Amino acid sequence: MIPEIGQFALILGMVFALVQTVVPLAGAHFGIASWVAVAKPAARVQLLFVAISFIALSWSFLTHDFSVKYVAVNSNTALPTFYLLSAVWGAHEGSLVLWALVLSIWTTSVTVFSRSIPPVTLARVLGVMGFISVGFILFILVTSNPFERLVPAAMEGRDLNPLLQDIGLILHPPLLYMGYVGFVVPFSFAIAAMLGGHLDAAWARWSRPWTHVAWVFLTLGILLGSWWAYYELGWGGWWFWDPVENSSFIPWLVGTALMHSLAVTEKRGTFKAWTVLLAIFTFSLSLLGTFLVRSGVLTSVHAFASDPARGTFILIFLAVVVGGSLLIYSWRASQIRSYVHFDLLSRETGLLLNNVFFVVAAISILLGTLYPLIVDALGIGKISVGPPYFNSVFLPLMVPMVILLGIGPLLRWKRDSFSRIWPKIWLIAVISLVVGPLIPLLAMGPYEIRATFGMMLAIWVLGATLKSLFEQTRGRGFATVSRSFWGMILGHIGVAVFIVGITLTSVYSTEKDLRLDPGDSYELAGFKFQFDGTTKIIGKNYSGTKAKLTVTKNGKYIATMEPEKRNYRVQKQPLTEAAIDAGLFRDLFVALGEPLGSKGAWSVRIYHKPFLRWIWLGALIMALGGLFAASDRRYRKLAGRAKKQRAVTIEAVS
Amino acid sequence: MKRYLIPFAIFVVLVVFLAIGLKLDPTYIPSPFIGKPAPEFNLPDLHNPDQRLKASDLKGQVWLLNVWASWCTACRAEHPVIQRLAAMNIAPVYGLNYKDKPEDAKKWLRELGDPYKANLVDRNGDVGIDWGVYGVPETFVIDKKGIIRYKYIGPINNRVVDDEIVPLLRKLNAEVG
Repeated sequence: MIPEIGQFALILGMVFALVQTVVPLAGAHFGIASWVAVAKPAARVQLLFVAISFIALSWSFLTHDFSVKYVAVNSNTALPTFYLLSAVWGAHEGSLVLWALVLSIWTTSVTVFSRSIPPVTLARVLGVMGFISVGFILFILVTSNPFERLVPAAMEGRDLNPLLQDIGLILHPPLLYMGYVGFVVPFSFAIAAMLGGHLDAAWARWSRPWTHVAWVFLTLGILLGSWWAYYELGWGGWWFWDPVENSSFIPWLVGTALMHSLAVTEKRGTFKAWTVLLAIFTFSLSLLGTFLVRSGVLTSVHAFASDPARGTFILIFLAVVVGGSLLIYSWRASQIRSYVHFDLLSRETGLLLNNVFFVVAAISILLGTLYPLIVDALGIGKISVGPPYFNSVFLPLMVPMVILLGIGPLLRWKRDSFSRIWPKIWLIAVISLVVGPLIPLLAMGPYEIRATFGMMLAIWVLGATLKSLFEQTRGRGFATVSRSFWGMILGHIGVAVFIVGITLTSVYSTEKDLRLDPGDSYELAGFKFQFDGTTKIIGKNYSGTKAKLTVTKNGKYIATMEPEKRNYRVQKQPLTEAAIDAGLFRDLFVALGEPLGSKGAWSVRIYHKPFLRWIWLGALIMALGGLFAASDRRYRKLAGRAKKQRAVTIEAVS
Repeated sequence: MKRYLIPFAIFVVLVVFLAIGLKLDPTYIPSPFIGKPAPEFNLPDLHNPDQRLKASDLKGQVWLLNVWASWCTACRAEHPVIQRLAAMNIAPVYGLNYKDKPEDAKKWLRELGDPYKANLVDRNGDVGIDWGVYGVPETFVIDKKGIIRYKYIGPINNRVVDDEIVPLLRKLNAEVG
């Protein structure tokens, strides 16, 4: 009964999404106020029904309803309750229901925080979002129904993929989807603005906080995915340039470009057509990512079960949404005129270059991801594109970008001069050139040119960012600095931290594969790993072996590490649970291999990874910056429709 | 107006490629080698480089050749499946260690376990070319007469093993050599 309620609620959700699309868009077009007013309630009722559907599916998991096929395939009575809930989005069908739910949550959020937006504009925005909802719910109902019954019901479920039985995977998809789907808001604002013919600074101001929030979620989602891959896959790596990873990273890159471009459009009223195009691109690339992951057109380590019918549906949907918006764009963009001029050396130019680098990087990665498909489609052959390609196109693009990142915030809008900028930056440049080589030389051991270069960049970014903070606060104090300026500062400091992490981890990580008998010890990077033997363990749905290693440094106790090797009973899949001792300056990582011989010896792999956490710390700081920027006072004022008196805020950037 | 149509035009091209892509199976690669005699090789053993093994030595039995390398992440994902397949003892699995450093390969096997009857070192990938290897991993089934009967490109999974490889091996084992 419950599954049928879920399915029915989903159908009703689609009906309301359809109402939310058709009535307000028609109302906005013909100027019928009562039709325009339908948008908000329709969006909220849609959320209600999609939420009921989601809860019904969760309920089927909690009650082990193996008469539902999706539950039978992805759950088991021995599965811990915690994972019963995350199993809801553990495979294709359920994760789409989550997608639809996240979309309705974003839609309803727009209805709540939109009091300053004219009703007609809001009606168009919600109409566009409703159209996306209709498409996705229809996709679920037609090709991927999670409520499909299994006759006769299974006695026991086939269990959730053990790799997904993990806290990282509970949180990763919802955060990622919040980010992916969140870009629907700037997209819808852009389409609504084009439909209404008002592509002005107001459009950019409304879209900015939403873009920031979506970007924060996407950043956190990617971060969690990377962290999960690091500790769960047991290979000690944190990024693999897999098609699925790329399809979340490409929207991130374009979304980052969009954030910066929106700043120019809002502050200076220029780049209008370009910003609209970026808003379309960002969400379109999210949709494309969904297509690539779900349709099976690419081989990937973690592709979902693929089905040509699903691929066809998403492709048609993609063609309608993206093709339609690009047509509207070609119709409207030609009417946009910018009369704002800026010099070659100006902040506008800086942000334009930022956009160029981000978009080119995104296109390069997209090309590498799609290249196997293109070559195959042309019948030339079968190839695969691996990490060497991505590293060798991505890094050279990011280096000039990072150098530019230091200068950009110090530049003035409209016009600047070299003689004004040079005194501000020469000392920072000298410091980074001098201190850069010292850090790897004094603190890290063997001298490495790559480490030197990375450190120079990181110090340059940090120094220049602090300099722009100093410039901003000089004579005024910190109280006058707006949150969006803090957002920029944090975002850029995050980049510096991130560079430190990537550089030092990739240059100075050491690893060793060992055969260890109980009582043996081995020293790696000054840490002594003593193998104390193994014990058998029995978990709720697995059994396995747990090893114990005591780590000391110069005789001082550091940690006890207990890596596990598990065998999941139902899926019959062995899984390595690595033991990690995390620290701000180094990670110790121990993975258990295979038993060797009968005397209790094991093959063990140990890693020492300096500054690994800085990669994720950097991403976290960037995300925090995004939050600051999103919560800037002028957006809250907008949202609260406070008195129209303009506060005198001094803002340099963002 | 025309220049604003450029994004749309590019998108149309992309959609055409994606549509063609839907009809293709990225894991399916036609092999001209199926039904042909297995190309000869004469390669050193990974663990005892003095010992060499020839494809023709293996005639008279059904055997599998799994092409792998320590630098290949998909091989890592595939490895437990190969272990399971080898443990069934239906046919021996030989490894072709492709374009790899022997020390890395040995380390990899120590870490993950060694299900292979023997591993052949194809340091420069010459044998890989003879066998038409597109990439790693790939898996071949060779019958008693030394004819390639099956080829799988990409990591094999348990479904492929249970539904395709095992039935084929049983059938071939029953054939007269």
